[in-house]
Amino acid sequence: MDVLERYEPLVDDFSAFRAACERPLPSVVRVNEIKATPERAMDALDDEGVAYEPVEWHPGLLRLDSTSPGRTWGAYHGWLHGQEEVSTLPALVCDPQPDERVWAACAAPGGKATQLAALADDEGTIVANDRSLGRLSALRFNAERLGVTSMAVTNRDARNYSLKPFEFDEFDRALVDAPCSCEGTIRKNPDALDEWSLEYIDSIAATQESILRRAVQATRSGGSVVYSTCTFAPEENEAVLDSVLSAEDCRLVEFSCALETRPGVTEWQGETFDRRVRKAKRIYPHLNDTGGFFCAKVEVGG
Amino acid sequence: MSDRVNDGSQLDRLPATADERVVEGRATRQELLDFWDERYAVAPGIFEHYSFWEKGGGKLWAFRGEAASPLEAEALGMTFLRTRQEHWKPTTNAVQRFGRHAEKNVVELADAEARRFVAGEDQHVDWDGDWGYLIAAHDLAGDVEPLGVGLFIDGELRSQVPKGRRRELIDGE
Repeated sequence: MDVLERYEPLVDDFSAFRAACERPLPSVVRVNEIKATPERAMDALDDEGVAYEPVEWHPGLLRLDSTSPGRTWGAYHGWLHGQEEVSTLPALVCDPQPDERVWAACAAPGGKATQLAALADDEGTIVANDRSLGRLSALRFNAERLGVTSMAVTNRDARNYSLKPFEFDEFDRALVDAPCSCEGTIRKNPDALDEWSLEYIDSIAATQESILRRAVQATRSGGSVVYSTCTFAPEENEAVLDSVLSAEDCRLVEFSCALETRPGVTEWQGETFDRRVRKAKRIYPHLNDTGGFFCAKVEVGG
Repeated sequence: MSDRVNDGSQLDRLPATADERVVEGRATRQELLDFWDERYAVAPGIFEHYSFWEKGGGKLWAFRGEAASPLEAEALGMTFLRTRQEHWKPTTNAVQRFGRHAEKNVVELADAEARRFVAGEDQHVDWDGDWGYLIAAHDLAGDVEPLGVGLFIDGELRSQVPKGRRRELIDGE
C-alpha cells in the first residue's frame, strides 16, 4: 500500500514531496545551551576536525558532516544532542520562560523536553511524563547527559494526569507532542509506515484528543498548549484540534515560524473542520528539506 | 520518628540539618554543601536554588524546581551524589554540570589522557594532591571542562565514567 498517495490532494508539487520523502535526512544536532554556547560548541567541532553547517533559521542547530556525531567531544559533554531539525519547532513555539511550570505530556525520549528546560534556562519546573517506562530510561539518560536539573520525570497516563504530587495545581504551558502514525519520519526511518493502518489512525486520534484535552484542562487561563505530531494525517491533526476547540475553553493562536509552512487544512475526505485550524502549520519534507511535521498553538481560556 | 526508613519508591527532600533528620543515616543539606565546599571548593552559594532529595538508600538528587516531599516520581532533577560508602562520590553528570565551579581536587588531563578517561580506562597521572575522588577535566574550546569523576589511588587515576557514558571519540588528528 502506498500510504503517502492519500495526501496528494493536500500537497503542492507532489512529485517533489515524494522525492524528498525518499532522500535520507542530514545529521542535525541541537546545541544544549544549559552547557555550552553555539560558539563554543562550534569551536570544539573545529578542533576535532568535524565539519558542520549552521542551520539558517536557528542558530543553535548544526548540520554535521559526520556519520558519528555521538563520538564527538560535544556529544560526550552534553553540549550537543542529535535532534531532527523540524522537531525543534514545538519547544520554540511553546517558548517557556524561567520559573514557569511546564508539562511535557508525552516526553520520551526527551529531545523536546530537554529543549524546553534549556529554553527556560533550566530554571523552571519541567514535568516530563511518558506512559512507556522503557522509553523513560532514554529520557532520563538524555536529561542527565544534558545537565538538566529542572525536570521531574513521571510515568503515568497523560489522558487523566493528576498534578497532585506537585506543589501547584496548574501549568503555565504544556507541550503535547503526541504519539502518532509517524508518517513524517519516513526519511529518518524508512520502515516507519510498515505498520500503517486506518484503524491505527482512528485509535491513536482518540488518544491524541484525550491527551490534548487534559493538557488544556491542566493549563492556567491565559497559558498556552502546543500540539505537535510528525504525521500528515488530518485525522490526527486538524480533526483533533477541531474536536478539542469545540469541547474545551481554548482557541488557536497564530505563531511565527522561520520555516516554510502550509496552513492547516479545513477539508479532508468529505469532512470539514473549524476554519480556525488554518492557524496550525503543516511542514512538508520538500519545503525545507526536513522531516514532515504538524504544529499548532492553543491559548487556554477566552 | 527515628523508625522512619528510606523508601525506594519515592523521593524525600533532605533535611536542612541534623536536628530535622527523621530517617537515620540520611545526609543533610548542610552536610552535602559542606562536602562540595571542603572537597572541591565549590561555594555553597552555587546550590542556593537547589533542593536535594534521596530515593533509594544513599542515592541523592539535585533539583531546581517545585515539588512537594515526598514525591512519587521516576526522577527529580539529576542524580548527584552517592553516600552509601564511607567516601561520598559525585556522579559523572553532577561533575559535568557543577564541576566548573570547583577550585580544588581538579586534575587536568592532556588530550590523549582525556580520551582514555572517557573510554573508561585507568591510567597513571602526575598528581601530587589528595587521593580519592577527583574531578577530571580537560581543555576544550578555550576553557577547562569537567569530564567526570576519577578515583586517584597510588599514582593511578581510575575512570568512574559509567559504561553507558563511555565513548571512543573521533580522533581528529
